[in-house]
Amino acid sequence: MSSNWVEVCAADDIDEEDVIRFDHDGRTFAVYRSPDDEYFATDGLCTHEHIHLADGLVMDDIIECPKHNGRFNYKTGQAKGAPVCVNLRTYPVKVEAGSVFIAIS
Amino acid sequence: MSHIVIVGAGECGARAAFALREKRFEGGITLIGAEPHLPYERPPLSKDGLAGAEPPKYIAGPERYEEARITVLTGVPVEAIDRRQRAVRLADGRAIHYGRLLLATGARPRALPGAPENSGRIRMLRTHADALAIRRALAPGRKLVIIGGGFIGLELAATARKLGAEVVLIEGLPRVLSRGVPEEIADVVAERHRQEGVEIVCGVRIAAVEADDDGARVLFADGTGRLADLIVVGIGAIPNTGLAEAAGILVENGIAVDERLRTSDPDIYAAGDCCSFPLSLYQGRRVRLEAWRNAQDQGTLAAANLMGANEPVASVPWFWSDQYELTLQIAGLADGAVTTVRRDLTDGAFILFHLDGEGRLIAASGIGPGNAVARDIRLAEMLIAAGSRPDPAALSSPESKLKKLLAA
Repeated sequence: MSSNWVEVCAADDIDEEDVIRFDHDGRTFAVYRSPDDEYFATDGLCTHEHIHLADGLVMDDIIECPKHNGRFNYKTGQAKGAPVCVNLRTYPVKVEAGSVFIAIS
Repeated sequence: MSHIVIVGAGECGARAAFALREKRFEGGITLIGAEPHLPYERPPLSKDGLAGAEPPKYIAGPERYEEARITVLTGVPVEAIDRRQRAVRLADGRAIHYGRLLLATGARPRALPGAPENSGRIRMLRTHADALAIRRALAPGRKLVIIGGGFIGLELAATARKLGAEVVLIEGLPRVLSRGVPEEIADVVAERHRQEGVEIVCGVRIAAVEADDDGARVLFADGTGRLADLIVVGIGAIPNTGLAEAAGILVENGIAVDERLRTSDPDIYAAGDCCSFPLSLYQGRRVRLEAWRNAQDQGTLAAANLMGANEPVASVPWFWSDQYELTLQIAGLADGAVTTVRRDLTDGAFILFHLDGEGRLIAASGIGPGNAVARDIRLAEMLIAAGSRPDPAALSSPESKLKKLLAA
């Protein structure tokens, strides 16, 4: 499987324990910075309804959907209970020279 | 505890059933619903779901009930609870025994006094079947009169406009959304509807509602009125307490439960729209909430307590509504507020924070496009739950992050 590293933003553009939306090539992603200063990426839309997760709240390693409070662990993509039951897809992330990149397969 | 029976297969009942299995309950679970469908999501019925119609948006597919070993009986109303035999009697004559029982019977729409109920041209909206019938009657140029300026009426007005119908919305009180929504926000909603061509008529008294083969009419006390192809009545809901009452269970504006959702019978719990419960966060005030998230939260809590967890209600009331591109979210109960602080966000979105006499945050109401207010309302909800007294200056300044207040 070939991966394609895409630059998202400057590392400082995402606050600690926060998330931004990243659109690329007709797809939408959510890119996170955890409280311990690591970066993660998942699909941008909640698996329950088509809602942008980047409008939601990051708490520790959880992203909560802004619409119906569906929760996912953004590090693993795991759905954490009703109303969401389908996991989020995650993507590799790297930080190089102060920029965040995600690998879109 | 061999068998748990849940009466009412809506959001709350379904959530409770799955939550029992998630919490490793090993006994039998029977979920009984009067409607012919598997449990489905009701919020879409007045929103996009009305426009989309068939089939309803199921909470879970049949395979998930099978995997979770939940027996779902659909299309069978429960006729009675026999507390002595510890059984529910179904309309088809069957009796189902329970170790413990959860009543998640929901609510039904309040009928307009004197108006014919659900005639072809006068309808109410609660079920998928109601939504289908309303959907079929709406088309470009059709005249829809909605009676009631609450969430259901306003959401239906927005959806009907999308479908091209002409819409008049009638509210007896001086403004729309007078129950639980601040005037500043209700004004934004009303103005948005007017921009879309909805005629909003407030403060009128309805003298009569009539319908025949040719059309329907609403007549006001001042002699004027409106003609319609369809009238939808959305003037609130009544909790379904009949089964509980007949069984001698205490009812008080809903099936009365304690903080742990237990009714006056220790083996029978109630949750969701059908029950009234004390909210310790608001001085133990007894409330009944008709809200999707409450149905979920209480379904989950009831499941835990049916298994003996003995946990109190801890969640903050939370409501949302979608109309056009706007989303309105409210956390907490604003009555009793003495100070209101406004926080302006981007794109015209704003949040009102409601503080009591001691400076404690008791509610937050916000409106804006898309999910513009969602994150701050969620943080407000957490501040409310924590009983915090945030600095009003920080609340009003969009630059100051609410998350910092929570950590403080």
